[in-house]
Amino acid sequence: MSTSIKTLVKDGVWDNNVVLAQMIGLCPAAAVTTSGTNGLGMGLATTAVLVIANVLVALVRNIISPQVRIPVFVVLIASLVTVVDMLLNAWLHELYKVLGLFIALIVVNCAILGRVEAFASKNGVWPAFVDGLAMGLGFTIALTLIGLIREFLGSGTLFAQASQLLGASFAFLEIRVHENGGALLMILPPGAFAVLGFLLAGKRLLDTRGNTA
Amino acid sequence: MAFAELKAHPLYQPLLLGFMTLLASATLAWASSATRQAIAEAEARDLRDSLAQVLPEAFADNDLLADSADIDIGNGNPLRAYRARSGGMVKGVVFTVIGKGYGGEIAVLMAVDENGQILGARVLKHTETPGLGDKIEIAKSGWIDTFTGKTLASANWAVKKDGGDFDQFAGATITPRAVVSAVKGGLEIFDRHKATLLGTDTREERNE
Repeated sequence: MSTSIKTLVKDGVWDNNVVLAQMIGLCPAAAVTTSGTNGLGMGLATTAVLVIANVLVALVRNIISPQVRIPVFVVLIASLVTVVDMLLNAWLHELYKVLGLFIALIVVNCAILGRVEAFASKNGVWPAFVDGLAMGLGFTIALTLIGLIREFLGSGTLFAQASQLLGASFAFLEIRVHENGGALLMILPPGAFAVLGFLLAGKRLLDTRGNTA
Repeated sequence: MAFAELKAHPLYQPLLLGFMTLLASATLAWASSATRQAIAEAEARDLRDSLAQVLPEAFADNDLLADSADIDIGNGNPLRAYRARSGGMVKGVVFTVIGKGYGGEIAVLMAVDENGQILGARVLKHTETPGLGDKIEIAKSGWIDTFTGKTLASANWAVKKDGGDFDQFAGATITPRAVVSAVKGGLEIFDRHKATLLGTDTREERNE
């Protein structure tokens, strides 16, 4: 795998996107994306953990013996997420009230373990940092997109309550598109699978077109 | 290479795992002790905000958080009540009741004055269906404010569909039904344990 920044970013955002290509981390991708804001929040929180976990594992990769690497990674990730959870709760309590639900879920996001195992344990600190950022960005984009589509179809808004997550200066993002409520199904779990399915199909279509052209 | 040999030694793996978990535990212990106080303060602030929402403005002149008591209401779970005082006299109590909703438990914080009249109610936590049952939240609709001013005797404690006074929501009857019966249950508890709740009878009370 090439370690140039451009390849890493392209890989994380499109070619090897966590949700849309690797199709891992689907539990949070389906569970929390009832609105664009929720998707964005989960994406950002996951990105932070992904970057730190990648860097930590890249730092200790040489002393880890292959036989026990998985338990070591699991301990690292679980402790990291717990620490982030406590620090946010203590010092960024308002943000925690919005994100709190998502943080604990990050532990079980196999995208983190996946990146740590597939990339950070074999690469240096700097490429691992970039990889974490790129994969996190791809994850954030995918979740925000799913969230926005479900929110638009299900409740007729875009980025509802974004100012709670990002601060009052982002209130302009909150758009009410239509008033008639929308299709409740899109907010419920089946909506997540439907939207995800269409997005996957769309990405495949774009990729095949690119290949044949 | 010496390090490669060391890594191949059978003892290396348990030692590595042990060292890593020790490191992780130390970090967690540090983070926990560093944040404990800030978290407790933030949670107290949240609780204070919720308490302020169910009480009319300037109703109490005391710090409710410092004036709580766990009351035995006979079901094994003590009820934590916060007393609102004005000039030292207990004017009302605030406590949480739990209703069984469509998606799980619904926690309702309610304030009752000394005569058993509801001063205010707010849903603290619920897992009802978004878009249908979540109208019990003050952020979504003003429905929860219909409880304000009601007493056990002054209202018919059921949703309209069941012949009562309270609106149900289109597509969601179980949720408002659960909240109505939880609040009614709260008033009944108040009725039965009025003296203890208001602190005029201190026999069963366990102070903080």
